Amino acid sequence: MPTDSSIDARAQQIVDEFALFDDWMGRYEYLIEMGKDIPRIDDAYKTDAHKINGCQSNVWVRADTHDGRLRFTGDSDAMITKGLAALLIRVLDDQPPEAVVQADLNFLDDIGMREHLSSTRNNGLQAMVRQMKARAARLSAA
Amino acid sequence: MAQAPPADVSFDVAAVRRQFPALAQEVYDDTPLVYLDNAATTQKPQAVIDRLQTFYAEENSNVHRGVHRLSQQATDAYEDARRTLAAFIGAPSPETVVFTRGTTESINLVAQTFGRSTFQDGDEIVLTAMEHHANIVPWQLLQRDIDLTLRVVELTDRGALDMQAFAEALSPRTALVALPHISNTLGTVNPVADVVEAAHARDIPVLVDGAQAAPHRPLDVAALDADFYAFSGHKMFGPTGIGVLYGKAEHLAAMPPYQGGGDMIDTVSFERTTFAEAPHKFEAGTPNIADAIGLAAAAQWMMDHDRAALAAHEDDVLAYATDRLSQRPGVRLVGTAPEKASVLSFVLDDVHPYDAGTVLDRLGIAVRTGQHCTEPLMDRLGLPGTIRASFACYNTRADADRLAEGLDRVQQLFG
Repeated sequence: MPTDSSIDARAQQIVDEFALFDDWMGRYEYLIEMGKDIPRIDDAYKTDAHKINGCQSNVWVRADTHDGRLRFTGDSDAMITKGLAALLIRVLDDQPPEAVVQADLNFLDDIGMREHLSSTRNNGLQAMVRQMKARAARLSAA
Repeated sequence: MAQAPPADVSFDVAAVRRQFPALAQEVYDDTPLVYLDNAATTQKPQAVIDRLQTFYAEENSNVHRGVHRLSQQATDAYEDARRTLAAFIGAPSPETVVFTRGTTESINLVAQTFGRSTFQDGDEIVLTAMEHHANIVPWQLLQRDIDLTLRVVELTDRGALDMQAFAEALSPRTALVALPHISNTLGTVNPVADVVEAAHARDIPVLVDGAQAAPHRPLDVAALDADFYAFSGHKMFGPTGIGVLYGKAEHLAAMPPYQGGGDMIDTVSFERTTFAEAPHKFEAGTPNIADAIGLAAAAQWMMDHDRAALAAHEDDVLAYATDRLSQRPGVRLVGTAPEKASVLSFVLDDVHPYDAGTVLDRLGIAVRTGQHCTEPLMDRLGLPGTIRASFACYNTRADADRLAEGLDRVQQLFG
């Protein structure tokens, strides 16, 4: 674990990791590997309430708080989508809700994946970001 | 499955491909495009692109009203386009060809005019389990006002229409049979002539959704005797936003107008409006003049070729691709009806269709993944979707090879 666990620091670490790959295939493989380590949502929560609208594959993300910090779990039936969810969770998990609401997630542009994703999948990624932030905002207000 | 026979050597696919500028490009800067999403939309030949350019550069004007030279030219070109489309589908007269925005609008038009004026509470509409949403939702919209039942004819295990079930679905309350000529998801070619004959024996009209047939099979609506035949321009090498509804003259004459406004009227006063005859009765407002003319250029492009040879070449590529994929471990074909055209739908063991589609895309191979706007069919098959490769006359066996090689990469990555 890095000593600095801020959202920006974690994002930078992911950017550095993706920079090790000079071809898109390697980046995909790495993304798929990341998906395998996703903190998995309990099947009981795979309901419409936790489904992300806007993705063409099924993807669920659940937000909870623990000691004032957010805990995200998720899953998807498509592995690339699951990798993208894992990427976001890695950056946003165990953060104060306010930090997630305010997070600048420009790192998604810097990992060289966006240009390889179709616009529908990019829309799905944006939907994931929006809904994770919306859940953080709700938990922050609660 | 036996190796498919080689393509008819008289068909010069390289010469055909050269006429489609979009096919020559590279995607992601460095990868030659393999375009296998033709069931969604086809690429356009230079003849169509040029025709649109000429219209806008030299002929652009509104139709049917102007007395000036350009308006007369545009009117002539627009009505010539109708004649060309009538010839393309074997319609008995140009007046039976209504320009619409496409198949979807054509079916909605029939529902909202023919359906609304002739269906009664208790009537039944017979559809098939392979229906595109465009041939489901218009009838459901009508159910808000008329107590209609939709009867769905099931498919065989191979994805063919169950003709026994079809015969049993017809009843004295059947007001219409509506079915696709060719399934956009399974590629099944339906025996529409048999369907029309069986329905007509009981005086039941038939609407055929020809969206997937127009680019792949010679059409003869007069011989088919269908009451309505709908298709889209962009799926047959023409522009988007234009399509055709063919209707038998007696139906079109009896059907009330669909939308109100210029071009569909005869005389208007604040007390009373009289309507133009079909087909103009159904073409309110300024029509899509340029694209109707562009669509006629596409139809003419097809008629300038040996359409039987185009179809034979496509069937060869489909058979070759089917052969290659059916031998692959981990591939399951979805839809193996005895009569098929253009479409190869499949799923991979343990690989989600979207994952496969994403990687194929990065390899320059454009396929469609998902439900293909046939959600009820996917529910019946118990699939989240399929990967669909759909071919047109410009595709080659080499394209099928690239697809197979792409699937090697997909299966390596997700295996």
